[in-house]
Amino acid sequence: MPTDVEMRSFTMNFGPQHPAAHGVLRLVLELDGEVVERADPHIGLLHRGTEKLIEYRPYIQSIPYFDRLDYTSMLCQEHSYVLAMEKLLGVEVPERALWIRTLMDEVTRIGNHLLNVCSMALDCGAMTPLLWGFEHREKTMEWYERVSGARMHANYYRPGGVNRDMPEGLAEDMMAWTDDFLKFVDDMESLLTDNRIFRQRTVDIGVVNKDDALRWGFTGPMLRASGVPWDLRKAQPYAMYDQVAFDVPVGTNGDCFDRYLVRVEEFRQSIYIIRQCLEKMQPGPVRTDDKKITPPPRAEMKRSMEALIHHFKLYTEGVHVPEGEVYAAVESGKGEFGVYLVSDGTNRPYRCKIRSPGYVHLQALDFMSRKHQLADVVAIIGATDIVFGEVDR
Amino acid sequence: MSWQPDVATLGDLADTIAAAFPDDVITTQLSRGELTVEIQPGAVRRVLTWLRDEPAAHFEELVDVCGVDYPARLPRFDVVYHLLSLAHNQRCRVKLATDEDTPVPSVISVYASAGWFERETWDMYGVLFADHDDLRRLLTDYGFEGHPLRKDFPLTGFVEMRYDEAEKRVVYEPVQLRQDWRSFDFLSPWEGGTPEVLPGDEKATDAAETKG
Repeated sequence: MPTDVEMRSFTMNFGPQHPAAHGVLRLVLELDGEVVERADPHIGLLHRGTEKLIEYRPYIQSIPYFDRLDYTSMLCQEHSYVLAMEKLLGVEVPERALWIRTLMDEVTRIGNHLLNVCSMALDCGAMTPLLWGFEHREKTMEWYERVSGARMHANYYRPGGVNRDMPEGLAEDMMAWTDDFLKFVDDMESLLTDNRIFRQRTVDIGVVNKDDALRWGFTGPMLRASGVPWDLRKAQPYAMYDQVAFDVPVGTNGDCFDRYLVRVEEFRQSIYIIRQCLEKMQPGPVRTDDKKITPPPRAEMKRSMEALIHHFKLYTEGVHVPEGEVYAAVESGKGEFGVYLVSDGTNRPYRCKIRSPGYVHLQALDFMSRKHQLADVVAIIGATDIVFGEVDR
Repeated sequence: MSWQPDVATLGDLADTIAAAFPDDVITTQLSRGELTVEIQPGAVRRVLTWLRDEPAAHFEELVDVCGVDYPARLPRFDVVYHLLSLAHNQRCRVKLATDEDTPVPSVISVYASAGWFERETWDMYGVLFADHDDLRRLLTDYGFEGHPLRKDFPLTGFVEMRYDEAEKRVVYEPVQLRQDWRSFDFLSPWEGGTPEVLPGDEKATDAAETKG
C-alpha cells in the first residue's frame, strides 16, 4: 500500500442543472480537496439575443423584452428603457404616472428580494422562509396583475407615463397588505437572523471590501453591504423618489450575511415608500397627451379622423425618436440596471445595450469564492442575487 | 422633478480632460446632460487611469463597456465606456473608434470589471482587446462562428440546432426559413429624410422630365 497520499486538484462541473445554481449557471470549479482554487462561470446558456431583437423592432414593441430579462424585477427594467426613451424624446410625464412608477418599482423590489432572500435561505438549509415568502411574492404578483393584467410580464410602462390608471380599490388593498408584510418580515427574521446554522453559513463568507466592490463594479445591495452608501434612488433620483422619505441600509463587513441584512431592511424601507406613494398620490392623467407618443382614446377615434390617423401611425410605424445617444439607469432590486440607447432618428433603436447588475456581480464570483469551501460557493451565489435572464440577455 | 446632472461641472471636466490629453482627446461633447469624450484608441488606458485617479474626476466605477457597429463608416466599430463617479455623483462616457484588425488596449488593469465586458464586446462584434488574458467567447454557444451583433449578421443567424433522434446528439444545420424573412419598412417618406422619388410618384417625375 502506498504510504504517501498524493493530493491533486480536480475540476468539477457545477450546473447548469443544479438547484443552487439559480438557473442555468455552468460553473467550472477547480478544487484542491474541498477548497475552491478557481471558479470559471460559463454563461450564455439562456442567451436570446435580446439586444439584436430590439434593433429590429419599433421602440414600443421592445418594452416586453425588458420584462423577460430579469424575470423578478420586470417593471424596474421597463422603467430604465422608458427613461432612456423619454430622455431622447424630451417628454414630460404626468405626476400620477410618476407616483405609480415609484409605487410599482417598490412592489417589484419586494418581489425580487423575496425570491432572493428566501431561496438563499433554502440554499443554506432553511425551507420555511421560502414557503412563507412565496405567499407574499404571490401578493406582489397580484398587484402586478391588477395594475397591468399580467402577473409577471407586465408591459405596463410607456414613454410618457404608464399604460392605464390603477383600478379602483387597489390602493386600499395594498395599504392593508403593507401591515401583513411587515409582520412577515419580522417573522422571517426570527427564523433566520439569529439562526445559528444560517449565520455559520453566511457570516464572513464571500467578504468584499469597499475598494474591491468598486473595482469590480458592484452596485445595489452588494455594494451597500460592503459599506458604500450608494443608492441611485437617493443619489440620482428619478420618478418621485425625491418626494419620499426612506433610509438606505448599509452593511459593515461586506459578507453574505450583511447582504442578507441589507435586503431585509430594504423590505421595510420599500413598504414605507409604498405607503407614502399611496398617501401622496392624487388623481390625474397617467400619460402625456402628446399624440405622437400616446395613442388617442378609443372614443375619440370613432369621431376624429386625426385621432384615427395617429392611432394607425403609432401602431404601424411607431414613435420616431430623435437622433442621439443616452444612458439611463435605475436602481433595480439587484443594482444599477442601465440602458444605453443609440438612436438614428428612425422608428427603431440603432443600438440598445442593456447593462445588467447580475452580470457584473457574477463576474466577481471567481474573486469572491477563491479559497472558500465548495459549500460556501452556494451561499455566495445565493447572496449575489443572480437571475440568468438578465445575465445572458 | 427628476435628478439633473451638474452640467457646469461636467463642462469644466471636459475642458480639463481636453487640456490634460491634447493629443489623445479628439472631441468632448455635452448633450442631454451627458458628457461624451472621444479619444484615440491607443490612449484608452491612459485616459481611464487619469479619470479614475484625478481628484476632479474620480470615476471609481466602470459601469459598462459595449460596442456599436457602423458598417458604412471607417473604422467601423465604436467601443463605448461608461464611467460612474460616486464621489462627485457624475457619469461620463468615453468613446473610441476601431476596426476588426486593430486591437484596443484592455483596461482590466484599471478596472477589474472590464473583463467580461471586453469578452462580450469581442464575442458580439469581433473587436480585439490587447493584453486581455482570457479573451474567450462569453455569451454565444461553444464553437460559435461569427459576431452576432454586427449589422451584417442576419437576425435569424446561419445555423439552427436540433436533437437528432437517430444520432442521439444535437446537430447543427443551416437555417431554413419556412417563410421568407420579412422586415417591414414603415418609414414614412413624408417625415424625416427626403427621398428622391416618392413611392407612387414615379410617373410624375418621368412626365416632368419629358416635359422639361
